[in-house]
Amino acid sequence: MSDIVEKTLTALPGLFLQTPGAGGPAAARAPFSSRLGGLIRGITALTSKHEEEKLIQQELSNLKAAVSAPTTTLKMMKECMVRLIYCEMLGYDASFGYIHAIKLAQQGNLLEKRVGYLAVSLFLHESHELLLLLVNTVVKDLQSTNLVEVCMALTIVSQIFPQEMIPAVLPLIEDKLQHSKEIIRRKAVLALYKFHLIAPNQVQHIHVKFRKALCDRDVGVMAASLHIYHRMIKENSSGYKDLTGSFVTILKQVVGGKLPVDFNYHSVPAPWLQIQLLRILRLLGKDDQRTSELMYDVLDESLRRAELNHNVTYAILFECVHTVYSIYPKSELLEKAAKCIGKFVLSPKINLKYLGLKALTYVIQQDPTLALQHQMTIIECLDHPDPIIKRETLELLYRITNAQNITVIVQKMLEYLHQSKEEYIIVNLVGKIAELAEKYAPDNAWFIQTMNAVFSVGGDVMHPDIPNNFLRLLAEGFDDETENQQLRLYAVQSYLTLLDVENVFYPQRFLQVMSWVLGEYSYLIDKETPEEVITKLYKLLMNDSISSETKAWLIAAVTKLTPQAQSSNIVERLIQEFTVSLDTCLRQHAFELKHLHENAELMKSLLPVNKSCEDMVVDASLSFLDSHVAEELSQGAAPYKPHHQRQEEKLSQEKVLNFEPYGLSSSSSGFTGRQSPAGISLGSDISGNSAETGLKETSSLKLEGIQKLWGKEGYLPKKESKTGEETEAPPIPQESVIENVDQTITKKDPSQLLTQSKEEKEKQLLASSLFVGLGSESTVNLLGKADTTSHKFRRKSKVKETKSGETAIAHNMTRSSFSSPTNVTYEEDYYLDNLRDRRDKELNDFTLSAELLDSESLTDLPLVEKLSNCRPSTPSLFADDNMEVFHPPQSTTASLANEISLASLLEETTEHMHSDLMEVCNNDTMSLSSYKIWKDDCLLMVWLVSNKSGLELEGVNLEIAPAENFKITEQPGCCLPITEAENTKNFQYRVQMEKPFTEGTLSGFINYQVMNTHAVQLEFSVNLSLLDFIRPLNISTEDFGKLWLSFANDVKQNVKMSESQAALPSALKTLQQKLRLHVVDIIGSEGLLACQLLPSIPCLLHFRVHGDVLVLWFRSSCSTLPDYLLYQCQKVMEGS
Amino acid sequence: MQFMLLFSRQGKLRLQKWYVPLSDKEKKKITRELVQTVLARKPKMCSFLEWRDLKIVYKRYASLYFCCAIEDQDNELITLEIIHRYVELLDKYFGSVCELDIIFNFEKAYFILDEFLLGGEVQETSKKNVLKAIEQADLLQEFQEVLGVPRNPSPDSLSHVMNILMSQCTK
Repeated sequence: MSDIVEKTLTALPGLFLQTPGAGGPAAARAPFSSRLGGLIRGITALTSKHEEEKLIQQELSNLKAAVSAPTTTLKMMKECMVRLIYCEMLGYDASFGYIHAIKLAQQGNLLEKRVGYLAVSLFLHESHELLLLLVNTVVKDLQSTNLVEVCMALTIVSQIFPQEMIPAVLPLIEDKLQHSKEIIRRKAVLALYKFHLIAPNQVQHIHVKFRKALCDRDVGVMAASLHIYHRMIKENSSGYKDLTGSFVTILKQVVGGKLPVDFNYHSVPAPWLQIQLLRILRLLGKDDQRTSELMYDVLDESLRRAELNHNVTYAILFECVHTVYSIYPKSELLEKAAKCIGKFVLSPKINLKYLGLKALTYVIQQDPTLALQHQMTIIECLDHPDPIIKRETLELLYRITNAQNITVIVQKMLEYLHQSKEEYIIVNLVGKIAELAEKYAPDNAWFIQTMNAVFSVGGDVMHPDIPNNFLRLLAEGFDDETENQQLRLYAVQSYLTLLDVENVFYPQRFLQVMSWVLGEYSYLIDKETPEEVITKLYKLLMNDSISSETKAWLIAAVTKLTPQAQSSNIVERLIQEFTVSLDTCLRQHAFELKHLHENAELMKSLLPVNKSCEDMVVDASLSFLDSHVAEELSQGAAPYKPHHQRQEEKLSQEKVLNFEPYGLSSSSSGFTGRQSPAGISLGSDISGNSAETGLKETSSLKLEGIQKLWGKEGYLPKKESKTGEETEAPPIPQESVIENVDQTITKKDPSQLLTQSKEEKEKQLLASSLFVGLGSESTVNLLGKADTTSHKFRRKSKVKETKSGETAIAHNMTRSSFSSPTNVTYEEDYYLDNLRDRRDKELNDFTLSAELLDSESLTDLPLVEKLSNCRPSTPSLFADDNMEVFHPPQSTTASLANEISLASLLEETTEHMHSDLMEVCNNDTMSLSSYKIWKDDCLLMVWLVSNKSGLELEGVNLEIAPAENFKITEQPGCCLPITEAENTKNFQYRVQMEKPFTEGTLSGFINYQVMNTHAVQLEFSVNLSLLDFIRPLNISTEDFGKLWLSFANDVKQNVKMSESQAALPSALKTLQQKLRLHVVDIIGSEGLLACQLLPSIPCLLHFRVHGDVLVLWFRSSCSTLPDYLLYQCQKVMEGS
Repeated sequence: MQFMLLFSRQGKLRLQKWYVPLSDKEKKKITRELVQTVLARKPKMCSFLEWRDLKIVYKRYASLYFCCAIEDQDNELITLEIIHRYVELLDKYFGSVCELDIIFNFEKAYFILDEFLLGGEVQETSKKNVLKAIEQADLLQEFQEVLGVPRNPSPDSLSHVMNILMSQCTK
């Protein structure tokens, strides 16, 4: 052994004497006169692709035989691996060798191992199953005393490692952070970085060690740790603010040239390190003045130092400028950064120009004047021969678009669009054009024409939202109805013209848009009759190049137009043609049309003109069939069982043990749908999501929010504006135009000056149209672009904002009226009631979202409702449910009486939830109000009789008429002999539901006598809903599982949620709040809820959120209850 | 960085390193499309490309194109310098590198790349350090070949020697 050592040591000097430049290639080239060389030479000698394929296939089969032969030594195996890698690089499948690569890494000596690891890293990917076989080898090598082996193991771990095996190597790698060799420490840090990327939770506990790595005496290790910090700060910048000082110090040292010369790159100190630090500072300083202040100095120095004319300094400058504009602004720095951008933009080097444009797109929203300064350059770039430059320029223009320059910019974009062929670019650009057109369209004709261009070019690749939004915009319209009609009319006209053109093929999506618009809005046009339109559609239908989906749209359009048409020859022909169509979908449509056509009246009522926005009420529970079902059942028919239940039963008959409590689900619920709702774990799912969100975060530049930080009082260059928007003259600071023109002109050859200047004039003209509205006068507008500019076509859906505004007012008003409670007039009262109701809703929403934070409360009774309902005394002043028949209250309300009554009932209310007091009837002498108390075992109706007159009332008697579905029990004391003046009495009834139903009315009358005069009788009624009788059912998950299986009646339905609820917690909240369901358990995206219908009919709900669709599944022992509950659910989910 | 490709003017792939998990089919598709696009560009055009949602940074050295894919917020210019630094490393190692060096010794090119970039991030920016790491491993090779170290030597003796070697090299 010592022999070997000695030999090595004597050989060393000789080895070191060889410079790598001379020794490396000699050593590397020599052994490769071998078989790889032969293969490569063989390939290059070939002339055709076909021959190459033959040769490689031959080679691969040789290799296949070689690697699996037992006689193959590891050394030969190494050689084979290299050839396999080569074959695979040429695009041939060498998967048979993967396992041998792993074996080589496991068994070989150092060199073979090295090739083995390389082959593994090239062949396999992170989730490849064979990778698991490598874990043991890695663990072994990490523990090796040989540094080279440790290095190799760390290298492979940092490249690919199965996520689930991280725990196996994590402690070993943590140990390596303390290793004496810097290369090992560095690789260990990078391995941990990799782990942080694929499984952040698993390395959370070693954050302290990362700090140690940051302070490492070796620059390489420190630089490696910055990757982790960059990542972590990106995810949560607030957690690392305390490190700002350290990063600034490091950057200062780097910029000041304190690092070893080794790290210089073309005499620039450690550019990679600088850039990484600048990125980190950017994240830390964003929206944070105090942190930003720490870094002003070093940024200033970086800007100052980076003056060498080399690419790498520009790289640093670019990063620096980006950081200066992202952190809390400082005007001096911004000025300097703006100058730097100028250097980029004006540079003759095309790469720098590109980056200049990119930098401008970053900063343009903060500082639009920069675009003005460089407008001539931008115009030049717009016609640049390199499409990439053009593209970036358009991106820049896209960001400075406003109502004044939209037409020019969109025209430029469309020009580019017509030239480009790459799908991604088309999709992207088409989306932008559509967005701009919707926002700033100057008029209808322009809008429709632009959208036509979008549809015909974007065609079938564009995002489906574009046609959908367009159609919605047409349908919902905006504020001005005549404007709406004109837009629609214009669309119809333009489409009819387009369809008249012969031999033009439009994309399917475009045709679909056309057919919808023509179907809905052809009635607006006088020139052409519905028959003519139908004829055109029919022609399209007969066209073979049109997809059957589009044909379905066309038939739908024809169907809509048929009731408007006088004669129906073509329709009949169409019916004839398509009722025999091979496409079932089309056949179905044709049959529908046929049957509707036979019943003209039904058709007209079903397809009204211009009613596309009105919702049709669909009774999803099919309650209109109830009587029929009841009849059938009474005649002995078997009760209906849904498909999945039948299957379940069939299964349970076949098997003795049924391990699948839910049976096979017939819906799209897929994997999870098959499991019992009582025990689903979605662990892997969750971590998968987190990875995905992580990805999302990295994929876009966060430019939002910059504006906010950068208010109106921020940095504005001192250019004065002399422009007024009312004149057509270009509102650009004159000086800058002249300056730029001068610059460009002086560059030109004087002999060409005349023609050039003509060109220049054109360019100027273009400039003036492009940069209109960007002057510093309108800067302020632009700064607030995101929120203040009113969209030309604003959708109606924005009621919510205005509502919250109103409620604020309402809030104030109610307040003020409380302080002066006299003489509230009727109108005010009514108005206030309305507003108050709304405010309550808002309040509900508000507290609701606040409560979401506290997930524990999910299982409790809806506290929020309690809170919002328990408003003591004051609200009763205006208590009147405007949904009921509204009785205008007298100017002097019996407020006093009500207050007293409420006080007396306070004990009740604190204990149970109750509704608002609402007046059900009144007259001069008395008023009757009622409210509901949702007790645990019943619904308690309380009627309050308040005597408003100064006289005594005698024999006050309240009677409730017996109702079909209710069991009503009278509480004692329902006939009062005498009600004193200005006093309140109450009557209480317990109400229980006997049979489930959606809504019922409880009516009754009250009679009394005033001091020996005749008796007076007042009638009243109160609405009761199913929900009044639903109570949460407190059960455990296990009980839920048992109950679930024991119930036979079930209903399953998909409900689409409104946007605000498209998440599990909010959907859950809504259900819990509005329906009084008990949340049994939440498992991933599924929830279990339980409730009971008083007195004791349980109903279970299993629901799952799937995108914005809620899959509801009810089961109960009562056959009708699930239907009714479903109906309520739908109302709640869709209504709010 | 998402991936790095080296290909010749004829469109032959010379080296590929993927830092994001993709299927073979996707890799092939991306490679084909990119090689086509890059080769179609004229010499005066800029070194950056927008491709799908990625930025492609490429540079031509003699007959070889070096091509990196980065994300939109990454710095294009510094990526160009990464390419340049890699070329410098190859040059230093092979001694005025040419395409043939990379064709015939592509596994060496991979080893160098792995010491320079790890998992898509720059691992070591000091040229000296990168080459040192490579030389260590190469020295082992020569050491084994020159001295004829027996197969499967007792691990202790061998690793001892190697550690001595390493410490010599890293000094």
